[in-house]
Amino acid sequence: MDIITWTWIIVGLSFALYIGIAIWSKARSTGDFYVAAKQVHPVLNGMATGADWMSAASFISMAGMISFMGRDGAMYLMGWTGGYVLLAMLLAPYLRKYGKYTVPMFVGERYYSQAARAVAVACAIFISFVYVAGQMRGVGVVFSRFLEVDIDLGVIIGMAIVFFYAVMGGMKGITYTQVAQYIVLITAYLIPAIFISFMFTGIPIPQIGFGASLSESGMRLLGTDAGYLLDKLNQIHKDLGFSAYTSGGTKSMIDVFTITLVLMVGTAGLPHIIIRFFTTPTIRGARASAGWALLFIAILYTTAPAVASFARINMISTLHNRPYVEAPSWFKNWEKTGLVAWKDKNGDGMIQYAKGSAFTGKVVFAKDEAGKPLLGQYGERVVSTPATPIEKSKNELYIDNDIIVLANPEIAKLPAWVVALVAAGGLAAALSTAAGLLLVIASAFSHDLIKNIFAPTMSERSELIFARIAAGFAVLVAGYLGIHPPGFVAQVVAFAFGLAASSFFPVIIMGIFWKKTTKEGAILGMLSGIIFTASYIVYFKFINPAMNVPAHWWWGISPEGIGAIGMLINFIVMAIVSKLTKEPPQHVQDMVASLRYPREV
Amino acid sequence: MVAKETYEAYWKENLTYIVILLSIWFTVSYVCGILIADQLDTIKFFGFPLGFWFASQGSEVTFVILIAIYVKLMNALDRKYDVHEK
Repeated sequence: MDIITWTWIIVGLSFALYIGIAIWSKARSTGDFYVAAKQVHPVLNGMATGADWMSAASFISMAGMISFMGRDGAMYLMGWTGGYVLLAMLLAPYLRKYGKYTVPMFVGERYYSQAARAVAVACAIFISFVYVAGQMRGVGVVFSRFLEVDIDLGVIIGMAIVFFYAVMGGMKGITYTQVAQYIVLITAYLIPAIFISFMFTGIPIPQIGFGASLSESGMRLLGTDAGYLLDKLNQIHKDLGFSAYTSGGTKSMIDVFTITLVLMVGTAGLPHIIIRFFTTPTIRGARASAGWALLFIAILYTTAPAVASFARINMISTLHNRPYVEAPSWFKNWEKTGLVAWKDKNGDGMIQYAKGSAFTGKVVFAKDEAGKPLLGQYGERVVSTPATPIEKSKNELYIDNDIIVLANPEIAKLPAWVVALVAAGGLAAALSTAAGLLLVIASAFSHDLIKNIFAPTMSERSELIFARIAAGFAVLVAGYLGIHPPGFVAQVVAFAFGLAASSFFPVIIMGIFWKKTTKEGAILGMLSGIIFTASYIVYFKFINPAMNVPAHWWWGISPEGIGAIGMLINFIVMAIVSKLTKEPPQHVQDMVASLRYPREV
Repeated sequence: MVAKETYEAYWKENLTYIVILLSIWFTVSYVCGILIADQLDTIKFFGFPLGFWFASQGSEVTFVILIAIYVKLMNALDRKYDVHEK
């Protein structure tokens, strides 16, 4: 059977499973809908959190980004795992004790202020929409790459599936489908990684394999002599004029430091992650659940740098200075999708890889009148984007980040069904994250806006109906954004983390750890953190992108890392203003005290 | 009814745990993985330069262990001060 047939079968089966789970776990009350009736076992909640957290970008793009960044790429690995330590110790158990349904609700009640709650609702909705647009797009992209359907149709199929289980099952449905999705995505990620590790080093554990020496078969496949794999990779890098793979150098140290910090505190401040800890039956369970979640996430995140190294060394060894006609089959297969491209700049018929980009912009293939791709003298697809002059860069190769994970099964010469499994894994990663985000949006509308502000006397039944309508509406908006992605989606991911880091994280931490934080302090702190961070990002990303170079950044910090400073500003403003304003009322201080102890006191 | 002081002692111990564990959290990632990674890279840990290993493996593994330790410590502490959930 060919790859496409396998992919339809495996993706179809996984979708049938998700739908089956949704029917089985239909939400019957608002408690079910918002927090799965607080009945989720910590281990299962850990898996669900893992799937919730690991998005299309983690699954498909992250290993590729690391592959091209070397050690600096580890900021994503540390940044996207370190936040769970903060969650486990500083947030999850106390918020679980509070136990109400949404993050804005906690902010509103702790800071005895509807204004604070309104700011929180706006942040939660903005952050979640920014994020979800990328996920829906991710679903479309996976469909188009593996199943050769139109991206837009892929988005619509994804919407239909998410619509079904998010609207019907709410948090309960989402949680149990996420558990299934975690299993699908981790299996799909590990199988090719294990095989590649074994192929190159004889060790089936990728985490150990990439620090080991090459095996006989590894030496043969890579055409090199004995030695540690990473040493070989560093040598190849030096020969080609790159800095050593295992050293930094693509970014300044302060930038790597602040970006890592923003990613960590941003993770701990993202509402769709925080609410997952409202679903465990106990406070003890909430703590344990953060540990399980991180374990399940770390399995993928420690495999990713191994995959990145294997793919990098394999890619350079099998492509560089080889004639195009002898290029490996995965290269030619993925050329069709535009993820790789080659332009013979020096006319020798061989592929040369070097520093710098091969083309001056986004790669577009030339087509004839009939819409068929034009082929060059060696059978390669002709690129219509102008190539960079050979004096500037000898590089002839365009390689998209995503190819590192997508081409893995073919590099490892695995059967077609493994390729299909990777497709299902990518879809699972995108759908599970999308569902978690949609729930945040739905509950912010139905619980924080409609129930709290417009109709406080509404019955449980009608609130559940509103929650479902809001979820359905959110799916439509997310789908629309997936089909017509605003040009700035890629830019605003920095926004989501920067905002979460500079708004929610300080406000929640101070709300728990300092009883005397006042509402004035919280509101002014949030506003100053958000305004500072947002202005910096908007200026460099949208108003004056030409200035977006290290020489113009404050303290050498890029817009991706600026949320770290925004967070500090928020903390400082909150502390000073709280000192100067009237203490919070006694009942609020008592509530804060009660959050600190698992049992009622 | 347990005295107020007992609860404050519980909270203090919790804060101590947090400070110690977060210092380790900071050291493995920000210090070993970023600030002194270049110096550590001169040391070999199996086939890994040590700074690179901390950034791409060591930090993540340590994070998991830190949460596990915190969970254990807190479960014991809850019982010691008799504030555990029944």
